[in-house]
Amino acid sequence: MYNLLESLRSAFQSIRAHALRSFLTTLGIIIAVMSVITVVSLIQGFSQSVTSIFSKMGANGLLITSEETTEDYLAGKVVKITPDDLQAIQHQITGISKITPVLILAGNGSGAVQYGDQTAYSSIYGTTSSHASNSSFYPVMGRYLTPSDDFSHRRVAVIGQTLLKDLDLPKDPIGQYIGMFGQWFKIIGVLKKLGTIAGQDQDDRIYMPYGTAHSLLGASKVPDIQIDLEVNDLKDIDSVAGRITELLRRQHNLKPGQDNDFQVQTSAQVTGTINKIFNMITLVLGGIVSISLLVGGIGIMNIMLVSVTERTREIGICKSLGARRSDILLQFLIEAVTLSLIGGIIGLLLGYGIGMLVAHLVPQFLGAHVPWWAVVLSFGFACGIGVVFGIAPAAKAASLNPIDALRYE
Amino acid sequence: MSRESLLELQHVSKRYVMGEATLDALKDVNLTIYRNEYVAFIGPSGSGKTTLMNIVGCLDKPSSGSYILNDTPVADLDDNALARIRNREIGFIFQNFNLLGRADALRNVMQPLIYRGIPLSERKHMATETLQNVGLGDRLHHLPNQLSGGQRQRVAIARALVGKPSILLADEPTGNLDSSTGRDVMAMFDNLHKNGHTIIIVTHDQNIANHCRRVVRLMDGQVLSDTDNVAKVGNQEAMRRV
Repeated sequence: MYNLLESLRSAFQSIRAHALRSFLTTLGIIIAVMSVITVVSLIQGFSQSVTSIFSKMGANGLLITSEETTEDYLAGKVVKITPDDLQAIQHQITGISKITPVLILAGNGSGAVQYGDQTAYSSIYGTTSSHASNSSFYPVMGRYLTPSDDFSHRRVAVIGQTLLKDLDLPKDPIGQYIGMFGQWFKIIGVLKKLGTIAGQDQDDRIYMPYGTAHSLLGASKVPDIQIDLEVNDLKDIDSVAGRITELLRRQHNLKPGQDNDFQVQTSAQVTGTINKIFNMITLVLGGIVSISLLVGGIGIMNIMLVSVTERTREIGICKSLGARRSDILLQFLIEAVTLSLIGGIIGLLLGYGIGMLVAHLVPQFLGAHVPWWAVVLSFGFACGIGVVFGIAPAAKAASLNPIDALRYE
Repeated sequence: MSRESLLELQHVSKRYVMGEATLDALKDVNLTIYRNEYVAFIGPSGSGKTTLMNIVGCLDKPSSGSYILNDTPVADLDDNALARIRNREIGFIFQNFNLLGRADALRNVMQPLIYRGIPLSERKHMATETLQNVGLGDRLHHLPNQLSGGQRQRVAIARALVGKPSILLADEPTGNLDSSTGRDVMAMFDNLHKNGHTIIIVTHDQNIANHCRRVVRLMDGQVLSDTDNVAKVGNQEAMRRV
């Protein structure tokens, strides 16, 4: 312990004596740790933003979608969640507080919308009024869909704010008519702005009543819908999901052993999946960036080796004064570790700062998030780099013969 | 003068092997030095005086023979034990001072105490006191390159003294100094001897050796002569008075 303190003292003296060189040496570590922290903080912050948007779905939400298995695909079978499935769930499953079908008329911005001589492409959905309580569907102008819109298959639409610009709509577009699928729809509401997630514009969307959408397809065509539902009690969410799964397997005539051709996901599962993806991205990018830590470590080893040669005489003097091998070893090792730790601290602060700055410049971003494990990891790594790349120069210094070292010019 | 033996070399040889060639730097040296002696090892370069000093100073180990320092046989000790002995028993003073260039006078003098595990405040106290004793109380925070040669050598002497070693080992202590500064430094050694220190000076300079009470003359790795110098010193002092 005493030795450690003395070595630390001597390390700081030596680092201060060569301030510029020490700074340049540690620059590699600074940049490395800075990049790691910046990348990790931004990706993690991004992931949190996304998760927070998805978690608006509510903890007690369930999402039912069709999912084509490979066998289905090869067999040319189109799998669907059908309105029949919806009805079956509505009638046979208890414990559901709210059920919202979403009929995707045109996904991924593939639906043509007309206003005057403007044509835009947007994502068009048919849904019921039950999303009204969800804050993402809050209308800033006009109103949202109502049960009677659905019931009477009204030709009305609620639009996202991107459409205002794309279609060159008047400032107050309520009451204007837009053309979709050869029909005219009256705009009854404009939804609040959500911004972009992962480069996807969340405001490029149009909702019409579910019944209207259904009738647009015509009686002959069975649509593939997705179903959002909420359970009464969070405790029951797994049992509800289980019962729905059983019901849908029966509805779809799946034999035992056959894979589900649909997915019942809780919102926790959805956010879990998102988190998993983001963590993977973090690891991969962080891993790539941390290669620069290695480069920084080599820089430190190089300078420490030079420093040992340069200070050969000093080492000889210390040995003649009674320094043991371990004293010299510790002194140089601590110096290397101190250098890389100082680099680690500076890099950490810079990385955090850059992350914050970028987060600040990007709208709709919740803010950079530096997880504690990234701090511990990059710190531990910097320390480890110091030890690994400091041990060779330190051992070289410790093993010097005092007579030769004293005679060294 | 007390006749308590401080160090005892018996049949000490040192052989350097460099590839095919071998060099016998010391051949069967027998030497006993007593407490409070003032000894010069004198000889031309290549005589083995530096090798002898390195062995006496525990920087090097003899190839054969025994060496007893302060009742401890040290010929077969390992590196760490030798480091400990250097730290406690030996005070080195070098021709080129060998101060730590980046450390001020105080820190240079404190350095050997670090290896003894003495806490900082006490180290500071001991080093300050020793520097004051060599007349450098007002130069504590000067770096070596801000000091004159004589001052540097006095810092080195303070560093050698601070741990209260059994022996002061000085290797050509005046070699890098002008003659008047050299005389000051030698006067200092004379004083230290009067105050009870055991001093060994390695030199090729007869004038320096004349300060000492005992002169061990080396040639080709062997002791050529080992003479008492008291009469001579007395003569010189008489001469100086005239």
